Amino acid sequence: MPGLGTTFGRGGATTTLPDLMNADVILIMGSNMAENHPVGFQWVMEAKERGTKVIHVDPRFSRTSAVSDIWAPLRAGSDVLFLGGLVNYVLQNDKDFREYVVNYTNASVIIGEDFKDTEDLDGLFSGWDPERRVYDTRTWTYDNCAKEEASPQNPAHGGHAKDSGRTTAPDVSSVERDETLQHPRCVYQILKRHFARYTPEMVERTCGVPRDLFLKIAETFCSASGPEKTGSICYAVGWTQHSNGVQVIRTAAILQLLLGNIGRPGGGIMALRGHASIQGSTDIPTLFDILPGYLPMPKYGFDARDLSAYLDKHRDKTGWWWNTDKYIVSLLKAYYGEAARKDNDWGFEWLPRITGDHSHQGYFLDMMDGKMEGLFVMGQNPANAAPHSRLERKAMAKLKWLVVRDLVELETATFWYDSPEIERGELRTEEIGTEVFFLPAAGHAEKDGCFTNTQRLVQWHQKAVDPPGDARGEVWFMYHLGRRLKEKAKLDPKPRNAGLNALAWDYTLLGEIQEPSVEEILQEINGYTVSDHNLVKGFTELKADGSTACGCWIYSGIFPAADDNVANRRNSRDFYGHGWAFAWPADRRVLYNRASARPDGRPWSERKKLIWWDEAQKKWTGLDVPDFNATKPPDYQPPAGAEGDAALAGDRPFILHPDGLGWIWVPVGLVDGPLPAHYEPWESPVRNPLYPKQQTNPRAMSKERPDNQYANSPDERFPYVFTTYRLTEHHTSGAMSRTLPHLAELQPEFFCEISPELAAERGIENGGWVTIIGMRGIIEARALVTSRIQPLVVDGKTVHQVGLPYHWGYRGLVKGDSANDLLPISEEPNVRIMESKGLLCNVVAGRRAQGKQALEQMQAQIRGKPWQ
Amino acid sequence: MAVSAFLTDATVCIGCKACEVACKEWNHIPADGFNFTGKSYDNTDSLGHSTWRHVMFLEQPAALGPQITGTEDPFRWLFLSDVCKHCGNAGCLEACPTGAIVRTEVGSVFVQPDVCNGCGYCVVSCPFGVVDKNHEVGTAFKCTFCYDRQREGLMPACAKACPTRSIRFGELDEMREHGLARVEELQRRGYSDARIYDPKDTSVGGTHAMFVILGEPEAYNFPPAPEVPTIHLKSAWTAALISALVVVLVVCLAFVL
Repeated sequence: MPGLGTTFGRGGATTTLPDLMNADVILIMGSNMAENHPVGFQWVMEAKERGTKVIHVDPRFSRTSAVSDIWAPLRAGSDVLFLGGLVNYVLQNDKDFREYVVNYTNASVIIGEDFKDTEDLDGLFSGWDPERRVYDTRTWTYDNCAKEEASPQNPAHGGHAKDSGRTTAPDVSSVERDETLQHPRCVYQILKRHFARYTPEMVERTCGVPRDLFLKIAETFCSASGPEKTGSICYAVGWTQHSNGVQVIRTAAILQLLLGNIGRPGGGIMALRGHASIQGSTDIPTLFDILPGYLPMPKYGFDARDLSAYLDKHRDKTGWWWNTDKYIVSLLKAYYGEAARKDNDWGFEWLPRITGDHSHQGYFLDMMDGKMEGLFVMGQNPANAAPHSRLERKAMAKLKWLVVRDLVELETATFWYDSPEIERGELRTEEIGTEVFFLPAAGHAEKDGCFTNTQRLVQWHQKAVDPPGDARGEVWFMYHLGRRLKEKAKLDPKPRNAGLNALAWDYTLLGEIQEPSVEEILQEINGYTVSDHNLVKGFTELKADGSTACGCWIYSGIFPAADDNVANRRNSRDFYGHGWAFAWPADRRVLYNRASARPDGRPWSERKKLIWWDEAQKKWTGLDVPDFNATKPPDYQPPAGAEGDAALAGDRPFILHPDGLGWIWVPVGLVDGPLPAHYEPWESPVRNPLYPKQQTNPRAMSKERPDNQYANSPDERFPYVFTTYRLTEHHTSGAMSRTLPHLAELQPEFFCEISPELAAERGIENGGWVTIIGMRGIIEARALVTSRIQPLVVDGKTVHQVGLPYHWGYRGLVKGDSANDLLPISEEPNVRIMESKGLLCNVVAGRRAQGKQALEQMQAQIRGKPWQ
Repeated sequence: MAVSAFLTDATVCIGCKACEVACKEWNHIPADGFNFTGKSYDNTDSLGHSTWRHVMFLEQPAALGPQITGTEDPFRWLFLSDVCKHCGNAGCLEACPTGAIVRTEVGSVFVQPDVCNGCGYCVVSCPFGVVDKNHEVGTAFKCTFCYDRQREGLMPACAKACPTRSIRFGELDEMREHGLARVEELQRRGYSDARIYDPKDTSVGGTHAMFVILGEPEAYNFPPAPEVPTIHLKSAWTAALISALVVVLVVCLAFVL
């Protein structure tokens, strides 16, 4: 999400699924959309019927490829190079939408002389500290900007927040721009030099995509630009789950800015989320590093001293984040109610501080080291859905207690008696001290609530039936857990309990099971005035003086009146679906839609009109809710010293940014570079052909240790590239699908997809057994030998790819080994996501050894001696 | 009620199998085995007593119209959701000795489970190999065309669940017209082997399930010229009669001689 957040301002899909019908070309990459988003894919099919060209770039010929106009096979893990090739194609052939680029992006901004590119420094940007392995990002900021003082204790720390890794945005009032884009240090020229070696030849050599096919794709996609045409990009976790995942998305975002495809009908980047409410789970986060509405979580020693220190770091003088104080104070008022007062900093000190790596990857390693006592697992199945599942299962055996809430008794709840580690003698039930509590959860039809879908659309669902027996929804569970903890805390006046004691925890309880009213919670999320509890109409009504409370500012407007739950509206009245549910923010369906009009406010073209300036009415109008101050005229110029949104001119569409521009260049906010660069995955069959001295993302964290080892790159023991993915028939770890007979029968066994060539090389027969071994695990699967997997020629040698759907585990109606046993625990530097694509393995015909011998077989492979 | 039909279009199917699941859920059909077939993504394998929609996955060494792929040899992956054809002259219905199989007012062929005695004549009489006997229950089953839903004005569950409108449902003539227009459109776009599978000029007398397909019908297990077994009745009975006459004649002659 920082990929989109830093480039455009918000970490969410910029457009809606139906809007794909307006695209002239759709590029799907890093996603198997037909397979994993079949319902959303109807819009792609509809677009195709209307003449839209659909391009799919993917390691496998999948269900999506089957119906695309062009499919190109690509080596997993080479996405930045491919997309960088497209950027280079645009720049070398002057295919950019110049008027858009000059007016709406920071292409013209001059960067300081101190900046050195990866081209100058063999794959590193300037500011690299080889000892601490972090960047000092000050040379990345705009020229003439006040630069933040050096602070070795606090390097940019990454994260999901609105300004991950940065402190306040640069003061952009004195920034120099060259609108001719000729200045050698302007972003446009730096970009051009940076990507100059990302040629079609390099794409062919590194990605395995033939030159002519690449050029055909470049020509097709880049034609979707200019006033009359637009193109969309759809991606999913095929881009995010890499050691440079954020930068993959950044490359696509740069491409879309160059082509003028953001904020316009049929343009944009469709970030396809992997579960029903994954967008929602970052908006109102389950992540450790943000608060609701992408407000940063205070970090100990950085911005956490008090509220003013926090605001110093995060409240931008110009742009929308000038309102940060209103949103954080309103949030604290929602959390702590009357206890949040001006004289106690609105209770800011009660917020937990980030003191380390509390991400999934980080805390599972801590758990393995015995540093954690207990764990709640809800809506997740780390025993086979998480990277290096073997390690995670063993780590859970070191806990004192484990609470699992789910619909079924899934692998995570039973690892202590039926995991492969028990079978292999690595764990012994009688020796595991973990006390496991399994609690039944209610399904979505058994509770009120809402989903925030892939296009930021919050849709309400009503409870249809009561949950059976003791099953309860999450709201019930969290509320009553909180209530009980508060009761305990009340008796224990330790300072650390002050926050818990202050927490406002009053909701109307309904029915026999005392379920909190979920609509009431949504009203709290919407926000209200404290004095009279009147609901606010939107986030512009929020105040920093403690007079308003709001649980998540970006959702404000979702419940503007006591009888108007907008998420529950079901009367779509136009193409963009206004009247059907609520899209954050403020029901804007296409973000940054000010860019759909020329700087002077007229639409770029009749065909691609979306919103425009109505001179007679003196306001922005059109087919969508303007993502812009509706009455700010296009020729508005900010007075000197203006603050917040008033400091942005009338032709600056990216209102969250301090300069109102789309950021081709990210001056602050990312920890691994202002521009994307190609690095190889943690394990690769080739050396990095572009930056031979820099094999992997220098800033990424491998977390390598004896129980989390890596293969070499390349590695004779593990010559094949594997990639994990999902199938339509199952859902993630399979806990919700392998337990249902009608789904289980459709894909009953774990299989691995390999090419006929690899099958011949390794003596594997279709339908037969195959063993897959990596540095961290050994698994067996049935072989699906298919031409849908093609051997690629990469850097002069044949590279075979192995496809592994990861839905299986040791429970359920259908069982099988977990592909995630093979993955390492690793962290992308900005968001700490693991790498699950493009790692190395070996494949052997036949079943793996069973029981204890399985480990011996794996060890033999690691020692380089085939197992007998 | 109007005479209705399915039109299932392989060129917009994405192989999601929602039709298979919706069918089983609506009709309370049990899962019928967790068998990995190794045949592409098809673990359903065929229509049967417990499978009334079956999505085929065909990996073929042929080009998909104007599609460009990175493969050296032409390659395509086709999906098609197969279903009972609900023939105009239905072999199963004509073979059924108990009257369990009837034609409904929407034109479909319906097996009444409470009347069926499980003789199995229908199974061998179906030119498409659709109707199947459940040996545990003892009677024959196949697609009901969601007769229960249609009577309430709802479309069949499979068509309702289809996200890409690959399964269309409507009046027979309209579906046929749509299919023909679709084929024309596909041809125009370079899908030169697009065709409609609509055996209306054969002895099955047309079907209530037509298909837009690419390539030869045989690839989808569709007989190019399906025959309803009863067209052989006349010749079969005539032959039997002649044989009987010959026998009688021979016997008589034996006495005479």
